[in-house]
Amino acid sequence: MAIDAATVRKVAKLARIAEPEERIEPLARELNGILTWIEMLNEVDTDGVEPMTSVVHQGLPMREDVVTEGGDPAKVLANAPKSAKDFFVVPKVVE
Amino acid sequence: MSDLTKLTLKSALEGLESKAFSSVELTRAHIEAVEQAKALNAYVLETPDKALAMAQASDARRAQGQAGVLDGAPLGIKDLFCTEGVRSTACSKILGDFQPTYESQVTANLWRDGAVMLGKLNMDEFAMGSSNETSAFGPVINPWRASGETTPLTPGGSSGGSAAAVAAQLCLGATATDTGGSIRQPAALTGTVGIKPTYGRCSRWGVVAFASSLDQAGPIARTVEDAALLLTSMAGHDARDSTSLDVAVPDFASFVGKSVKGMRVGIPKEYRVDGMPAEIEKLWEQGIAWLKEAGCEIVEVSLPHTKYALPAYYIVAPAEASSNLARYDGMRYGLRVDGANLTETYEKTRAAGFGEEVKRRILIGTYVLSAGYYDAYYLKAQKVRRRIADDFDQAFEKVDALLTPTAPSAAFPLGENADDPVAMYLNDIFTVTVNLAGLPGMSVPAGVDAKGLPLGLQLIGRALDEGSLFSLGGVIEQAAGVTARPDRWW
Repeated sequence: MAIDAATVRKVAKLARIAEPEERIEPLARELNGILTWIEMLNEVDTDGVEPMTSVVHQGLPMREDVVTEGGDPAKVLANAPKSAKDFFVVPKVVE
Repeated sequence: MSDLTKLTLKSALEGLESKAFSSVELTRAHIEAVEQAKALNAYVLETPDKALAMAQASDARRAQGQAGVLDGAPLGIKDLFCTEGVRSTACSKILGDFQPTYESQVTANLWRDGAVMLGKLNMDEFAMGSSNETSAFGPVINPWRASGETTPLTPGGSSGGSAAAVAAQLCLGATATDTGGSIRQPAALTGTVGIKPTYGRCSRWGVVAFASSLDQAGPIARTVEDAALLLTSMAGHDARDSTSLDVAVPDFASFVGKSVKGMRVGIPKEYRVDGMPAEIEKLWEQGIAWLKEAGCEIVEVSLPHTKYALPAYYIVAPAEASSNLARYDGMRYGLRVDGANLTETYEKTRAAGFGEEVKRRILIGTYVLSAGYYDAYYLKAQKVRRRIADDFDQAFEKVDALLTPTAPSAAFPLGENADDPVAMYLNDIFTVTVNLAGLPGMSVPAGVDAKGLPLGLQLIGRALDEGSLFSLGGVIEQAAGVTARPDRWW
């Protein structure tokens, strides 16, 4: 499962990171190095093993479906790169 | 009053209680020490005005007989913790001048108990690193130097600023976080005590997320007892973190000094890795001898999947990180670099805001979660993670705790592993298993190597049994009697 330049471009696109063309080949090498090392996991017999998603031995707690915080747009917008009135200002999303 | 920075947290609290000095005096001494230690680059933001205001308020509380358990004690806060109105960046350019409008639960607990904030501490960007070199603010320099040398060494990472500040007496204790070893490895490399508690002990609310199923907060301090005092304050249930454990927090300090007679301590044979320096092997043997003398029964145990922990971690952690870090899109906070359209704005913002190691991990995470690879990588890693946790469950049927080295080497020169990500990842070989299994782990300074650099031993406990670690850690601390401190060169 070697990673080539095309895969790096595709993954970078999925991750929404603009990687300059001169970084594509070095990244392919670096990611291959890491993934080749990771391949050793194939030595482990995991037949019938339940995947571990959480170390906490309890179900997710339920709570009342009520508003606990909110109603403070000034706080929500305090760090916005651009805002107007009580809204975030973002580039056009729908053509 | 510069001697005030040499105190342990415990003795500083006693001094405050007996009115030997005020919190303002104690805090001022630390502010001066921080000002004089810029060469270490441990603090990325100093908050002296806030510290003095908090110290004054503390002195007023104490005068009225309303002092909390940490009242007046000046601490450093890792920049991963959101602090209300105080810039919090995770040492990433993408957060820019982010000023949280809320306080993390862990720091809120410390302020509730009266602690004073000196400032925000340097760290690897988004806690991704083992040498503090991925920080957007530049690396922290370890206050320790090899004897007769001036080569700058790493304090370890990701909590490098926390560990260096505690070792260099720039605070009485510090908050830190640990996803794969980021509390324990820097503690080992700086001769300090660090504990990662059981997953769920400390609330993750308001802590910038890296890998949510692994991240845990904990303290770094100069003594085992100080670490216990801090953890007792930091821990506790929080409904805003769904993985926070709704269990009582014991007085962890009450375990320090308790007899460990009859306790069974396991020595995992798989931790004897090839190429481990003889000095670390020797220190481990010494630790075993100390625990035997204290009445522990030493048992050899096997954790057969140990060597698969790091590769499993480097699937699980980047996968979770790629998802967590998707929030940095330049729309609601932090950096925005405008592009021709929305997608280009995302791509340019993230390209400019993230450093190389963070990008590398996001790309790995995106790849292992992408269509066609999910089963081969992510699902496989989660199954291996279960195997690793099962190893510990079986070992803990025979023993009460485990003793291992903390890190495979002493502090190394900055830049040493810069070109080899996998070599850098190997720093966490002894610590990462503990995160995957959600267990508590503590690093205790146990000696120095031939060059005079500190080395640490790691204790691993059952889930929620931090108490045994504090008892055993206290025994090692006392037996080792490490009194060496870094010579001040800064």
